Amino acid sequence: MTKILSVVEHAYAGTLEEQDDTVLWITHMIKNAGADISALLRGNATNYAVRGQDASGLRFGAASLAVPPTLEKDIEDMVAKGIPVYAVREDLEQRGIKPGDLVAGVTPVSKTDIARLFDEHDMVWHW
Amino acid sequence: MGKYLLIESRDPYEYADTNYFYDLARDLADRGNDVAFFLLQNGVLVARSGAKPDKVGELRQAAPRVRVLADEFALRERGIQKDATAPGIEVTDISTLVDLLVDDGRKAIWH
Amino acid sequence: MSDKTITISLMDPPYDSETTTTALRIADAALDKGISVNVFAYEGAVLLTMKAQQAHPNPVKGTTVEDQHHPTTSGFVGALFEKAAGDVQFQWINCGMCVDERGAADWIDGPKRGGPGDFYKWSQESTNTLVIGTR
Repeated sequence: MTKILSVVEHAYAGTLEEQDDTVLWITHMIKNAGADISALLRGNATNYAVRGQDASGLRFGAASLAVPPTLEKDIEDMVAKGIPVYAVREDLEQRGIKPGDLVAGVTPVSKTDIARLFDEHDMVWHW
Repeated sequence: MGKYLLIESRDPYEYADTNYFYDLARDLADRGNDVAFFLLQNGVLVARSGAKPDKVGELRQAAPRVRVLADEFALRERGIQKDATAPGIEVTDISTLVDLLVDDGRKAIWH
Repeated sequence: MSDKTITISLMDPPYDSETTTTALRIADAALDKGISVNVFAYEGAVLLTMKAQQAHPNPVKGTTVEDQHHPTTSGFVGALFEKAAGDVQFQWINCGMCVDERGAADWIDGPKRGGPGDFYKWSQESTNTLVIGTR
């Protein structure tokens, strides 16, 4: 089976009104379609694995965001579904994110491992 | 040995993240892969001779086997004359990118 | 069927990014070479095929609608559908939920409604797949 690596880097763009990150979402959908797919979080998207994100409470007049995104839970759900989720260690460190700040199941990899990860997958979808 | 087509659409002036992609090209080549690095859109802004930082020069020094190409249309759109491009850049057109896309086993990655 | 096919995934809405034009250039060049093309329009890219897009004049340049010849992305996409012939196919799927949330369901002839499963199927059947993300 084709091994696919889905690389996510652009973060928090439309996540409030979409109620999720659209690339994490499509990665999960494609897993549901039977794919052998992994996810690599890099750049700002490494922040998606941080515990304690809270986007609740938005209101515009009488309209509220009743169901805010829960990105860290989305990551946990992906891990539970059997999608390996990697995060670039240097990008985490650059953002002051410590290993203890992350949800369980995310595997940090060094930026020097990215080329190896790419080689180990048959397709790399770089969103 | 694998094959890659890395397409860099961004420039280092607006996006510091381009450093990652140039490093990736180097790292993939160091692992013995055949790497074609195709500049298009604002990615060609580094192709003008004298541009700083000299991303193309740095890449060619670090990974001489990487083939660096630039989209003729993107260069022309930005007034970068073919004879004013930095050394080592193969100025070509989008049909070359398509040829690379359908080269069997070549992984295509857009940045 | 032509013996080679490329699948392209897009996310950007019209008039927002040079990426759209580049993707159409790739598709056009591929069709010229007898290579079939599939496009999966995701998120904002589902707006590329909207039937209601209209050309407009340019008051800064003093041009009329006719003089300005303002392109529409749906016009360009429609032209690619017309260009594909015989065994060389041009297919376009708009991601259904992306269409729904944008109210973008009224599109030109040619595109179909679909979802991520279609994109995955195409990726498995194509010579290569190019994912173009958004910024």
